[in-house]
Amino acid sequence: MDNLVTMYRTMCLIRRYEDQLAEIYTEGKTPLFSIAAGTIPGEMHLAAGQEPVAVGVISHLKQDDVVTAPHRPHHFAIAKGVDLRLMTAEIFGRRTGLSRGKGGHMHLFDPQTHFSCSGIVGAGFPPAVGAALAFSRQGRDNVAVAFAGEGAANQGTFHESLNLAALWKVPVVFVIEDNHYAISVPKEQSTAVAHNSDRAQAYGIPGVYVAGNDVLAISEAAEEAINRARQGQGPTLLEIETTRLYGHFQGDAEAYLHAGEKESWRQLDPIARFRSYLLEHHTLSEDEDQTIQREVEERVEDAVKFARESLEPDVGEAYRDVFVES
Amino acid sequence: MATTTPVRKLTMARAISEAIAQEMERDPNVLVWGEDVGAYGGIFGATQGLLERFGSARIIDTPISESAFIGAAIGASAEGLRPIVELMFVDFFGVAMDQIYNHLAKNHYMSGGSVRHPVVLMTAIGGGYSDAAQHSQSLYGLFAHLPGLKVIVPSNAYDAKGMMTAAIRDDNPVMYFFHKGLLGLGWMPSDDLAEVHVPETPYTVPLGQAEVVAEGGDISVIAIGAMVPKALRARQRLEPQGVSVEVIDLRTLVPLDRQTIVDSVRKTHRALIVDEDYRSFGMSAEVAAVIAEEALEYLDTPVRRLAVPDVPIPYSRVLEQAVIPSVDKIVEAIQLLTR
Repeated sequence: MDNLVTMYRTMCLIRRYEDQLAEIYTEGKTPLFSIAAGTIPGEMHLAAGQEPVAVGVISHLKQDDVVTAPHRPHHFAIAKGVDLRLMTAEIFGRRTGLSRGKGGHMHLFDPQTHFSCSGIVGAGFPPAVGAALAFSRQGRDNVAVAFAGEGAANQGTFHESLNLAALWKVPVVFVIEDNHYAISVPKEQSTAVAHNSDRAQAYGIPGVYVAGNDVLAISEAAEEAINRARQGQGPTLLEIETTRLYGHFQGDAEAYLHAGEKESWRQLDPIARFRSYLLEHHTLSEDEDQTIQREVEERVEDAVKFARESLEPDVGEAYRDVFVES
Repeated sequence: MATTTPVRKLTMARAISEAIAQEMERDPNVLVWGEDVGAYGGIFGATQGLLERFGSARIIDTPISESAFIGAAIGASAEGLRPIVELMFVDFFGVAMDQIYNHLAKNHYMSGGSVRHPVVLMTAIGGGYSDAAQHSQSLYGLFAHLPGLKVIVPSNAYDAKGMMTAAIRDDNPVMYFFHKGLLGLGWMPSDDLAEVHVPETPYTVPLGQAEVVAEGGDISVIAIGAMVPKALRARQRLEPQGVSVEVIDLRTLVPLDRQTIVDSVRKTHRALIVDEDYRSFGMSAEVAAVIAEEALEYLDTPVRRLAVPDVPIPYSRVLEQAVIPSVDKIVEAIQLLTR
């Protein structure tokens, strides 16, 4: 099926992108690590390993459906179709970036694809409910999806937003992307229930738990939730288990992981598993896979080249866009 | 006022709800939500009659979930609505500040200008009726400190309507503060100087323009909100003593009309700033800084400030009256400066 190959291709693109950024991020930061130095300054939260969440859900969305994403946003942005060149230039802090260098990697905004993200944990839930309210009032058949980590499910905004969305019965899907750790704190130490999806009961909406970081299972659950929302049947909460193959941020020594934990995740790499599945089912051939690998590499290279060749912002840029110029 | 103009005095509360109703007629994307904005008509009457007229799809009572319903205005405005969101008392904003100062105020900037949030957040401010420290603050200085929010504080019904209309039509987030003691509520003391002629037809009062509400030559009194009618009363009381007081109503804190302040002080050579917000790091300090930067050499006396002296608003009537600037204190301060 074309659709499955497209999903696979997007997952490969995300992985290639994150691996490439991980590499570039070290430029200018060795031998002594300084977060402020190098080609990409500031914090860097990479989403390798979490591709199935973004691709499984967003493959059911239209361009004018809304996605709000958290501080680890690249997989969602790429799956939503944000222009890779503009996004990369923004991450590099260049004048050609999505925000002309005023946002950076945690603050990517793209009205074209109705994508935004925020560096504040749990902050994306309320705006998603608001977008869904706009859709319902304007008679549009769009859906808003709010993605956040399992740490965000202990924020007030999560509970307030679930209640409000259920009360208003607006077309929104809440997705808790559970990568087991809120920075260093494991879910068992932060969350009183085993499954965040159980919290949906408190608001009278369906809560669905998807185990295994499996893009097909995620896609199936997401399709149902998104269809429900689109048909006016209100919100759904999805809890999707996933794995974070890099640290919380680049430079995180991950001393809090137990021995072998990361290796076990790597062995269950969702892209490798999906690839095997596609090959086994003859949906993908080795040749096609190689073409895909070459394609995604070229796309990432092209975006990085664009960013590298772009100029730094003009200093005057700092003074623009505080307010809408009338 | 021209004699041919029929005088139709409105309370400030009525003026606000009239502006909202007219803009809702004009633009189907204007919606109102917040606590008790529906059947109750807003705890301070700012949405009175709107539910009956526009129905519950556009006038929406919310649960007490301020982060969610203020944050909802962010997503809704990005998708084409122009929400007016009320949160009863400014004192209650703490629980929703992240959505306001990290998102609503910054998204336009952080997006390089590609995202717009035409949102009006309105709330009641001010003391004077023994509601104590959690229901009597002004706090507009706090919001004015944060880049990205327009901050407006009307002092009378005419401005209240025109500035609400301007705020709704503005493509930026606007914080609209109405002082409880100016609204004409009936169940709370209200300064009748705020109840003035209000034209029925829609009009705008531009944001960012202060107004010289009374001319004078001896001293500039710079005030905002409920301190404006108090300054006018002080001016009246000093007139027989031959002291000529100019009163400036700032009306907007962000963007601040520096020129009107500077022009007035260059003319009168004296300045008193009157504010119901806390004294330190706020409106009164900012205006004093503007004068120091742009009119220092014109001053005959040091600038003086009257504001809440960096204490929470106390409950007891006598204590509260001691800390909120009064007409008596304004008169006294003017006399000290003009002696």
